[in-house]
Amino acid sequence: MAENSIVSISHLNKWYGDFHVLRDIDLAVGKGERIVICGPSGSGKSTLIRCINALEEFQEGEIVVDGIDLGPNLRRVDEVRRDVGMVFQSFNLFPHLTVLENCTLAPIWVRNIPQKDAEATAMKYLERVKIPHQASKYPGQMSGGQQQRVAIARALSMNPKVMLFDEPTSALDPEMVKEVLDTMVDLAKDGMTMLVVTHEMGFAREVSNRVVFMDAGQIIESNTPQEFFANPQHARTKLFLSQILR
Amino acid sequence: MTDVAMTNFVRKDLVAERPAPVKTTGFVGFVRTRLLNSPTNILLTILGALLIWFTVVPALRFLLVDAVWHGSDRNACLEQNAGHAVGACWPYISAKFDQLIYGFYPQAERWRVNLTFLLGALLLLPLLIPRLPAKSLNASLFFLAFPVVAFFLLRGGGLSGFGVSWTANLLSGLADSFAGAGDALIRAGASSTAIGPLLWGFGKIFALIGQAVSLVAWPLTSLRDATQASKQPVWADLAVTAAVVSALVFYLWGGLRSGWRPLISSLVTFAGIAIVIALMGLDRGGLPAVDTRLWGGLLVTLVISVVGIVASMPIGIALALGRRSTIPLIRIFSIAFIEFWRGVPLITVLFFATYMLPLFLPGNFTVDGLVRALIGTALFAGAYQAEVVRGGLQAIPRGQGEAASALGLSWWKTTFLIVLPQALRHVIPGLVNSFIALFKDTSLVSIVALFDLLGSMRASFSDPNWATPTTLFTGFAFTGMIYFAFCFGMSRYSLFVENRLNAHRRT
Repeated sequence: MAENSIVSISHLNKWYGDFHVLRDIDLAVGKGERIVICGPSGSGKSTLIRCINALEEFQEGEIVVDGIDLGPNLRRVDEVRRDVGMVFQSFNLFPHLTVLENCTLAPIWVRNIPQKDAEATAMKYLERVKIPHQASKYPGQMSGGQQQRVAIARALSMNPKVMLFDEPTSALDPEMVKEVLDTMVDLAKDGMTMLVVTHEMGFAREVSNRVVFMDAGQIIESNTPQEFFANPQHARTKLFLSQILR
Repeated sequence: MTDVAMTNFVRKDLVAERPAPVKTTGFVGFVRTRLLNSPTNILLTILGALLIWFTVVPALRFLLVDAVWHGSDRNACLEQNAGHAVGACWPYISAKFDQLIYGFYPQAERWRVNLTFLLGALLLLPLLIPRLPAKSLNASLFFLAFPVVAFFLLRGGGLSGFGVSWTANLLSGLADSFAGAGDALIRAGASSTAIGPLLWGFGKIFALIGQAVSLVAWPLTSLRDATQASKQPVWADLAVTAAVVSALVFYLWGGLRSGWRPLISSLVTFAGIAIVIALMGLDRGGLPAVDTRLWGGLLVTLVISVVGIVASMPIGIALALGRRSTIPLIRIFSIAFIEFWRGVPLITVLFFATYMLPLFLPGNFTVDGLVRALIGTALFAGAYQAEVVRGGLQAIPRGQGEAASALGLSWWKTTFLIVLPQALRHVIPGLVNSFIALFKDTSLVSIVALFDLLGSMRASFSDPNWATPTTLFTGFAFTGMIYFAFCFGMSRYSLFVENRLNAHRRT
């Protein structure tokens, strides 16, 4: 696994002041692998995936993304961020730009792609998330589910090698969760490497190759979804699963 | 009622449209529902009507009804000659109008002021109308080319050199001052005993730096001497500068691969500069110089306020970003700068800039009085704008910056493409508030002997030819109307911009 892994994390440690949020995390993500990270709130799941594109800095350990070493000094952070797409819980679309401009901004300004080509690519991805006809709207004029799909299209427009999802459905109404999850399932079928922090256990069961359970800043258990749900090993995992799968 | 009560109902006759009852719409309806609908409102309506009666009516009486419109001196505006109580004395305004607009700007040269006003209006108006095309060309003409043209139009004078000479002069001046400081330190080191060697060492270092700078500048200075020796020093210098800068631009923007467009725009820019130089004859000494001490009236007010407004924005944005910087030195500098300028009255700033600054500057180094006032007001307004802009920056959620970073945008691109555009939209009312305050604060420059609109007005009060009981009121009413026209215009335009830019907030 390690030789063709696209993200490999070893001995990652992070502190917020005196608080030890991430403890000795080791995780390797292979090309095309879909990993779901779950766990109780405050367990460090979001912090972990935010470390991968250096939105958080860490104090010890090593993160290598597509051969680029993201050391504690974060020198090559821009190279990594170009190749890692991220979808946030609260969408974080740019409200002053139209949907299309949201999707073309980074390709134009970071990858120096001509505007026409960038728009064509963006439209391709907007079609894929099924909102091409809303391209000239502003994010504020759309529903939460549509906004989150635009956010996915925006991340895809940079042609990332890895996609990070930080609780992408937690801020959505129940009926909108499905449209976003469907988009993510499509993406997974196309072979995108995905790290997903979510509580959607249905998605984990259906799509993921591996489920990682975290608590108190450490990885407690990591297994295939079949084994993970049928046969949880650790007591903490059993408790967590019994609480969320009623 | 019947529709609901009956279980089966089919309409036979359609109900025709009727006008609404008179009592609820139109003027009567407005009076009934808004003005006289409760005892308190009746009282307030009466009070409002009285207020209008006692303010607006006398004002109109003074300005229009009782006003004197024709005359050649004070006699026309005296009660015994007019035959009625005299209001505004408009002949006085028309007699002093030129002074109010141009100050003491020489009569023969006033076309230059008019031309500047016209150019400014021609460039500014299309910039303010969103539908018109070529905004970036228009903006660069207004913000970069216009100030230079306006400078040479209003002040006059010509050029003796161009980029090469300026850079060479700057560098050789730097080298000389380093060498001078080095010499002084070496001499001081020789005379004192305790820290003598230390001073001597520093002196040597400074002298060495001076030599190094002059060595680096040598190609430039020799080039300058060559161009100055030629028959057309300005043109030779311009050609060399254009060649060097364009080549640099071409190289820096990717050379053969992607450098052609920047190269062309650079050459076009220099061609534009050449046209300006040729048209205004800057290589032959340009227009006759008009000292800024002769400027006055609306000209000075507009020069100071436009320069202040335009210059305060970049200063304010830079300081606001600096104040939120994570680099302690930049943050402390920004905070100190903002707090210093905000903590000092504008009058003090102007007074200091005009009368005390020359005491600190080296003897042969003088800055024009108007320029000193300009710098003072720009920095002062910049400090205020900084806090307004910072307010807007605070309102942008952290997620915006994070999303931009996650897409790989650098700090600069995140700031200028994502954060600032949103932040500035939030604070348009505050920014325009400061612009308006600045526009009116320009009247304070009269305490440092610059005659702006209000200053020129007050100066004209002392003319005995026009000394009448209502001269003072007429003058202040007229300047008040001019200030109001400009400020109200800015205010309305800002509302328009706000509505337009906040399209994304309308759902």
